[in-house]
Amino acid sequence: MNLLETVNLKRYFGDTRAVDDVNLTIADGEFISLVGPNGAGKTSLCNVVSGLLTSDSGKIIFKGHDVTHAAVTARVRAGIARSFQLVNLFDDLSAFDNVALAVFSREGKIRNMAALAHLDHDVIVEADNVLGQFGLAGKRNETARDLAQGERKLLDVALAYALRPKLLFLDEPTSGVSTRDKGQIMDTIASVVRGEGITAVIIEHDMDVVFKYSNRIVVMHQGAILAQGTPDAIRNNDQVAMILLGSSGPDAFTRKD
Amino acid sequence: MGSPATGASTWRLLVVTVIILTALAVLPRFVEIYQTQLLTYGLVFAIAALGFNLLLGYTGLLSFGHSAYFGAGAYAVAFIVRDLGVQSMELCILGGLAATILIAALFGFVCVRHTRIFFGILTLALSQVLWSLAFKFFWVTGGTDGIRVASAKLTLYGGLINFAGPGAFQRFVYAYYYYVLALFAVSTVIMWVIVHSPFGKALQAIRDNEVRARFVGISVQRYRWIAFMISGAFTGLAGILWVPLNGLTTPDILYWPFSGEIVFMSVLGGFRTFTGPIVGAVVFNYLKTYAVASTEYWQLLLGLVLVILVMALPTGIVGTVARMTSKLRGRI
Repeated sequence: MNLLETVNLKRYFGDTRAVDDVNLTIADGEFISLVGPNGAGKTSLCNVVSGLLTSDSGKIIFKGHDVTHAAVTARVRAGIARSFQLVNLFDDLSAFDNVALAVFSREGKIRNMAALAHLDHDVIVEADNVLGQFGLAGKRNETARDLAQGERKLLDVALAYALRPKLLFLDEPTSGVSTRDKGQIMDTIASVVRGEGITAVIIEHDMDVVFKYSNRIVVMHQGAILAQGTPDAIRNNDQVAMILLGSSGPDAFTRKD
Repeated sequence: MGSPATGASTWRLLVVTVIILTALAVLPRFVEIYQTQLLTYGLVFAIAALGFNLLLGYTGLLSFGHSAYFGAGAYAVAFIVRDLGVQSMELCILGGLAATILIAALFGFVCVRHTRIFFGILTLALSQVLWSLAFKFFWVTGGTDGIRVASAKLTLYGGLINFAGPGAFQRFVYAYYYYVLALFAVSTVIMWVIVHSPFGKALQAIRDNEVRARFVGISVQRYRWIAFMISGAFTGLAGILWVPLNGLTTPDILYWPFSGEIVFMSVLGGFRTFTGPIVGAVVFNYLKTYAVASTEYWQLLLGLVLVILVMALPTGIVGTVARMTSKLRGRI
């Protein structure tokens, strides 16, 4: 069964067709990269499916249920989580508290106002475990605001991952960090996501990253899906190369540095 | 909001709390009766500010209308005593709390749909509605004369203590001080648990980042609404306890300047700390009392204090003291 299916999904901003008749099917366990030039509609698609934006028309089917009009919190409970391109954390809380919140939420304990959060052993173990998986154990007690940019990016992903979603959208998890940190962040994310068998959709500009980690690539252009296929198929697609790089040919995607 | 409490810091907190409560308990033996009365007022306002700060400090919502809940509690008690002939303070508290929570639920339902200045203005407007009702419906509320609630008519602890006969006033002042102190202690513990619970963490998450809070699965509006009701209930309890002490309830406590005083108390003590509003309320009460007694320009004096406070000590009394202590510790 498909994990996610969008049917003729549309979202326009005035004359701009941000998401234009998108029919995207995602199977369980896939690691998909969503690529395309700026303004292609990648983030908009992610926003509509995760519930940040409403759709103008079309349907979103998740695990066989229509979630087109579901609230964000309902989608989160169903198993859709996301990280954000611009880091979106609880800046006044510690790294630990950030992750612990997601754990409390997933375990249905977040409404409890008669127990002390710092005495919940299960949640502490779980949250520390997640921080460890993302290499943030040493930063546990630091305020999110005080972390380095790369750490903040990782914490953003860790926060989404701690919800143990079925489907995880990662909106440019390596944007704004140095090239040196990029590989390390992607390795961390990929190993965690693969290890847990989470289906992931990653929005990414760096084609080296895209080819290395994804097993399917979806290319968007002007709000619509232009092409999709395996990394090899996309690498050899001249139309895609023209759109993404402005040049085509056998070596178009090879880095020239 | 303080560091995550570990075992050691929880013990330290407990010890400090016991010391402060003991000091407060023996204090009336050493000071004149007027001081005991004054401190009772301070503790009552502390409960009000504690409730107010659940919204400002922890949920990030600045209410300019908390006079509504203080006043709702006060008027509810006045009605219960006058119209139902109830004498038991405990029944007054239950009835007053029910009325306050009802009004907070209604007002909160409207207000939490908005944030920032829109939230503030809405809370202000709604509190003014209550004020105008108390002001205009004088045949029910007594108008500007208010409603008298004679302490002599009330009993504490389910009728165990009453205030008839000679020396009633003195007995009332001392008995009521301990009554308020006990409720203050209970309120503080309950609020401390709430802000340190998963629910309290969720409120802080909403304060920091509403969008992300939704994406962690927190129903932002519902949580704000619940926080609003709890906040209203605490401030309402303060209003309930204030009436017998004051002997009279008037529309003044529903009027917007009183909402401003609650904001003032929290800022004075430091709204970014748990204890700030408590300290702020007690200090403010002394400040206002002595300012009123010493100069007819007391508003000017309070205004100056507020300006200096915001410019020089933006973290309030508790925030500043905490920073200075940690600096001193660093030197040692």
